[in-house]
Amino acid sequence: MTTFVAVEINFYVLLVIKILAVTGVMLGGLLPVILGELKIGAHMQSRVGPYYAGGRWGWAQPMADGLKFFQKEDLVPAASDTQVYKIAPYLLMVSTLALFVIIPFSPDLIAVDLDLGIFFALAISSLSTLGVLMAGWSSGNKYSLIGGLRAAAQIIAYELPLVLAVIGVVIQAGTLSMVGIVEAQIEMGVPFLIGGQVVGFVIFFIASLAELNRTPFDLPLAESELVMGYLTEYSGFRFAVFFLAEYAGIVAVSAIASTLFLGGYGFWGLDPTVFGPFVLAAKVGILAFLMIWIRWSWPRMREDQLQTLAWKWLIPISLVNIMVTAIFKVVF
Amino acid sequence: MDLSVAQNWFFLIIALFMVAASLVVVISRNVMHAALMLVGALGGSAAIFILLGAEFVAGVLVLVYIGAIIVLFLFGVMITRVPIGRARSLDHDNRWPAAAVAIATFAVLAGSAVAFFGDEEIEGVSAVRTSDIGATIFERFVVPFEVVSFVLLAALIGGIVLARKDPES
Repeated sequence: MTTFVAVEINFYVLLVIKILAVTGVMLGGLLPVILGELKIGAHMQSRVGPYYAGGRWGWAQPMADGLKFFQKEDLVPAASDTQVYKIAPYLLMVSTLALFVIIPFSPDLIAVDLDLGIFFALAISSLSTLGVLMAGWSSGNKYSLIGGLRAAAQIIAYELPLVLAVIGVVIQAGTLSMVGIVEAQIEMGVPFLIGGQVVGFVIFFIASLAELNRTPFDLPLAESELVMGYLTEYSGFRFAVFFLAEYAGIVAVSAIASTLFLGGYGFWGLDPTVFGPFVLAAKVGILAFLMIWIRWSWPRMREDQLQTLAWKWLIPISLVNIMVTAIFKVVF
Repeated sequence: MDLSVAQNWFFLIIALFMVAASLVVVISRNVMHAALMLVGALGGSAAIFILLGAEFVAGVLVLVYIGAIIVLFLFGVMITRVPIGRARSLDHDNRWPAAAVAIATFAVLAGSAVAFFGDEEIEGVSAVRTSDIGATIFERFVVPFEVVSFVLLAALIGGIVLARKDPES
């Protein structure tokens, strides 16, 4: 029984409303990011990019692409393991969608403020590895298999620094709850990025780029050597689901990074209950732009460089970060 | 069982699903399918922990078992045997003794649980806060915790020593 605008709403009705709202927010945040990727990428390469769809700036291009995917035939390779092949994209989608449940848009505007908070996000996002491995193996194709293996090795390697970077924030805030973490930053007066977690933020950002298979960590999808990695055999609607999951992942990870390090819905002098969602959207936009910028500027890494970066640099640095944070927490 | 409580319905659905998934894990002739159904069974046990109000345990179960151990299983299977696509024979001569052992284990566990608790109503515990679990581990059980982590570290180093072949000089 939750009160919402002074009306008591039945639990199951509220559940349906929340699910629809989370899906709506996901799609609403997704389309601008896809358009941004197309337009920004184009301008960085001295092209114009989408121009005609929708009339102005080609704003309807993501939707036109979506409709195109719906029309295409859904091919299932004869050598594939049909059931696993068909389920894999949805598993990936669900693990990404579930991240939106814990993102606070304002002190009250959150689907569930779990006591588990950020730990729920880390646990749920580890399911995406499973989806990628299933897709890679079940396609019955060597390129897909190698792509799936690379993706799994990469996600295992970068999940550790990701979790360790979050621990620094959790120690400083003293809570796992997402709202609690934002409130701790508002209370402190500055976001954790300035207030002591700058190393944590850099590690979190690099590791989340790798988790999302974004350039310069897009070896699993390296089109010059692996066709399209674990996505090679997918077509039509299932490919669209993978595509949407990737961009939903960008929005979700940016929102989580904003909440953990950039002060979430809080901004100096703005009332979070009114401006919270817009402040968060602006921060997500900045981080998403950063990810797009990196994608169109950096060349792809080599597999050994990628593993060296994770195991020899990021993990030790994040362990030192935890130690320093804990010492400061105890001393001050 | 009181069927007017939503929890009981959810428990019934989850439990039946877990039993089915576990059966497939054992019976399936395809290594990958078995591993994937193991994910289903573990996800079911995480769901039961959530029903019990132990969110943190459910989270740990998903993160450690599904996110790490099963992924490692799949990774190993894909690297070594690469059974792409169709099923490959995966059977065992000891299937009947194994079934007997499984049934006997179930009988012992279920029998002891029923003999001990009977129809007794167990007092409900409200949701466990994560900070309480942390405090319990690091205050009351700090020595066992450190011992476990030491043993795990030793196992880790032992594994590396066994697996690694230094080039002969």
